Amino acid sequence: MKAIVNVYLKEGVLDPQGKAVHHALGSLGFDNVSDVRVGKQIVLQLDASSMREAEKEVEKMCETLLANTVIEDYSIEIVQ
Amino acid sequence: MNVVVLQFPGTNCEFDTRYAFERLGEKVTIVWHEEEMIPANTDLVVVPGGFSYGDYLRSGAIARFSPVMKAVRSYADNGGYVLGICNGFQILLESHLLPGAMKRNENLHFVSKHQYLKVENNDNRFLRHCEVGELLNIPIAHAEGNYYIDDERLKALYDNGQVLLTYCDENGDPDNPNGSVDNIAGICNEKKNVFGLMPHPERAMETILGSMDGVKMLEGFLA
Repeated sequence: MKAIVNVYLKEGVLDPQGKAVHHALGSLGFDNVSDVRVGKQIVLQLDASSMREAEKEVEKMCETLLANTVIEDYSIEIVQ
Repeated sequence: MNVVVLQFPGTNCEFDTRYAFERLGEKVTIVWHEEEMIPANTDLVVVPGGFSYGDYLRSGAIARFSPVMKAVRSYADNGGYVLGICNGFQILLESHLLPGAMKRNENLHFVSKHQYLKVENNDNRFLRHCEVGELLNIPIAHAEGNYYIDDERLKALYDNGQVLLTYCDENGDPDNPNGSVDNIAGICNEKKNVFGLMPHPERAMETILGSMDGVKMLEGFLA
């Protein structure tokens, strides 16, 4: 099974990388962009008996290591 | 005094830190991250600067789970003194031994220069030889020193006297090199036995290196 984890800074936490990319887009003429957030994607291959079990397991991984929940949120997508 | 300096893969300030405490006449032992124990007679654990585990995932995120960190946690829980410098500060934040988190510097640059700091609180072991409002000239060198904490916890930091050092210029006016909340450069935990700062006092131990202001900071830990 494959798990796709997206980690990104929480709403309200200023994202310095997003701000820099936003600025760069603006200077390239893409002036219709109102906000940019830069996160990271972590793709895991794992064994699990069900998608539900996989999701629970990956959620634990996010809480302990993959995300710093003081500043970051995460989303999990499980793919067969 | 017996000082333990931790060493992770990617740590690069352990020998400077040992040199600094040896200059102050103290005994220093470097302890590899795979050790599950720290010596029983330890008076201070220093988590030094560097790039533990290549800063992969987040600075300090992987070092936090090293076997030695379990020993450091119980040492701190029993009131032992712990000092995290730069990457060491990041490791203590990731370990939740200190509150808050680090983000990339606001300007995304790796900042490496001498920086003035203002002492905000000296009612603690670390800064007890410094005066409140005193300016210290200490080198900084980091890409992720943009300290973040939410408003509620920030207020608690102030209420408990846990904001120890802020960034300023030579006149004491705010001068923020990284976007850190309220210009914060260093904090401690509520019990005031765990300390973290981004600047490097161990690099300011002799005039030939531009400043000796690190001496009175590190001397705070001496008996």
